[in-house]
Amino acid sequence: MEKKTGEPLIHLGVLEEALNLARANSLWPMTFGLACCAIEMMAAGAARFDLDRFGAGVFRPSPRQCDLMIVAGTISKKMGPAVVRLYEQMPAPKWVIAMGNCAISGGPFFYPEMYAIVPGADLLIPVDVYVPGCPPRPEGLIEGILLLEEKITGRGRLRKFRNAAE
Amino acid sequence: MLERGLEEKFYVLNLGPQHPSTHGVLRVELQMEGEFIVKADPDIGYGHRGHEHMAENRSYLQFLPNLGRVDYLHALAYNQCYCMAVEKLLELKVPERAEFIRVITCELNRIASHLLWIGAYLLDLGAFTPFLYCFDDRENILDLLDRVTGSRLTYCYYRFGGVPRDVDDDFLAGCKAFARRLRSRYRDYENLVNKNVIFLERTKGIGIISQEQCVKYGLTGPMVRGSGIPYDLRKCEPYSAYPLFDFDIPVGSTGDIYDRYMVRYREMEQSLRIIEQAVDKIPAGPIMAEKVPKRIKPAPGEVYTAVEAARGEFGIYLVSQGDTTPYRLKLRVPSFGNLSILPEIAVDTLVADLVAILGSIDVVVPEIDR
Ligand code: SF4
Repeated sequence: MEKKTGEPLIHLGVLEEALNLARANSLWPMTFGLACCAIEMMAAGAARFDLDRFGAGVFRPSPRQCDLMIVAGTISKKMGPAVVRLYEQMPAPKWVIAMGNCAISGGPFFYPEMYAIVPGADLLIPVDVYVPGCPPRPEGLIEGILLLEEKITGRGRLRKFRNAAE
Repeated sequence: MLERGLEEKFYVLNLGPQHPSTHGVLRVELQMEGEFIVKADPDIGYGHRGHEHMAENRSYLQFLPNLGRVDYLHALAYNQCYCMAVEKLLELKVPERAEFIRVITCELNRIASHLLWIGAYLLDLGAFTPFLYCFDDRENILDLLDRVTGSRLTYCYYRFGGVPRDVDDDFLAGCKAFARRLRSRYRDYENLVNKNVIFLERTKGIGIISQEQCVKYGLTGPMVRGSGIPYDLRKCEPYSAYPLFDFDIPVGSTGDIYDRYMVRYREMEQSLRIIEQAVDKIPAGPIMAEKVPKRIKPAPGEVYTAVEAARGEFGIYLVSQGDTTPYRLKLRVPSFGNLSILPEIAVDTLVADLVAILGSIDVVVPEIDR
C-alpha cells in the first residue's frame, strides 16, 4: 500500500494485520452529503442496499468518530476549507472515497469559465477510492467500499470473483 | 453576518455546514442566550455551482441535464418547467400522450420526494425505523422510473416537444401495483409516525407560521398549504394535463410543523389518485411534437413558466435573443423563499426545535445556492 498521510505513526507488525482486518470490516463513514450523490449514499445505507452487511452502515455525524469520509457531491470553493478541516478532524487511520464525478474531477460542472467549484476532491485531501457516476448507483458505492477493504487488508471479498472472471 | 460586540451574555453557535440535520451544506449562525435562540442567520452559498452561468454558456439542449441537478429530489418537475419554457418560445404543441406520461412520471417523482423527506425528517427527530420503511417504498418508485428514464435520481427524461421514449404496459401496470402497495403501507406509517407521542410532542404547536407571514415571505408549496392557504399551481394556474384530473389540495389549519407534515403525507395520496386516473385515461398517439427543429434557436422573446414542485413553486424566466444559447435564465427556486422565513420563526426557540423547524421547511441546499 502506498504511503499516505492517514497512516498511523506506530506500526505493530503482525498485530497490525489483525487490526486492519477489524478496521476494514467496520468502517464508520461520516454523514456528509454535499449534493445529489448524498441521496444515493443514503439509499445505499437504507433498506434495499443495506451497507450494514459490509459493516459500513454506521453513519456517524461527527468526524471524530469516523474513519471513512465519503465525499458525495460537488465541492464549491466556499465549501473547500470545510472539507479539509473535516478531514483533519478525523482520527487516523482514515480513508476517503470520492463518490461521483463531481468529487473526482468536477464532473458536469467543470468547464473553462467555471468559477465556483473545486474540480476534484484530490486537490484538497488524499483520496483512496474513486467511484465514478453521476450519481453512482448504490451498487457502485458498495463496490467502492469493498475495494477499500481490499486496499486496507490486502485481501478482499471481491478478489475471489475477479480471479474467477479472469 | 451578525453584528459583533453585543452584550456578553450572548454567544454564537455554528450549525453546519456539515451537520446531519441541515440536509446538505447549509450553515446557520445562531446567537444564543443559554438554550434559547436570540437570532438565527442562515449562511448560504456552500453548494453554489453556477447553474445560471452555465445556461448562458451552453445550448438549450445541453442545459437540460442540469435541471435534474438543481433539485435532485424532484428532478422531473424541473425538467418539465424548462421544457415548457422552451416549448413556449418555440410555440410547440406537446401531444396529449406525452403530457400524460409527464404527469404520471412527475407525480411518481413527487411521491418519492415526499417519502424521502418523511424518512430524513424523522431521522432528524431521532426516529430511525420510518427511514427504512420510506426508502423501501421509494426504491419501488425508482425501479419504475429507472425503467422509463434510465436513471435513478438525476432524471433527464423530457425533451422539447414531448418525451423521447414511450412507456409500455408493464410500466402502467407497475404504477397501479405501486399505488396498491403504498396504500397498504399507510397503516404502518400511521402506527409508526402519526400516532407516535414523541413525534406529536415535538411537532404540534412548534414553528407556527401565520397566513400573513406566508404572503409576506412569498412561501410556496406545503409551507403555505400547512398554514391553510390552498395555493397549488396545479389548480391555480393549471399546466400540462392537470385540469383533466380530479384531485384535492390538502391544507392544514394551524400552520405548525405537524400540519406541514400532514400536508405532505396526504399529498402522496392525491398524487396516487392523479396517477391512477392518468393510467386509466392515457390516450394512444404520438409522444413527440411534429416539426421540432434540429437546432433549437428560438425567436427573440422572454417567457416565464412555473410548475408546482414538491417544495413549492419553481419558475423559470428565460430570455432569448435569437441565439442558440439563452441570453439569460433565471431560476426561481422554492427552497430559497421558504428558507427566508427561518430567522423570523426561529427566535425564542430551543436548538432542538430549530432542527425540527429547519427540517420541516424541506430545503434542498444546492437548489438554494443554484
Ligand atoms: S456527480 Fe452528478 S449526481 Fe453527483 S453531485 Fe455531481 S452532479 Fe450531482
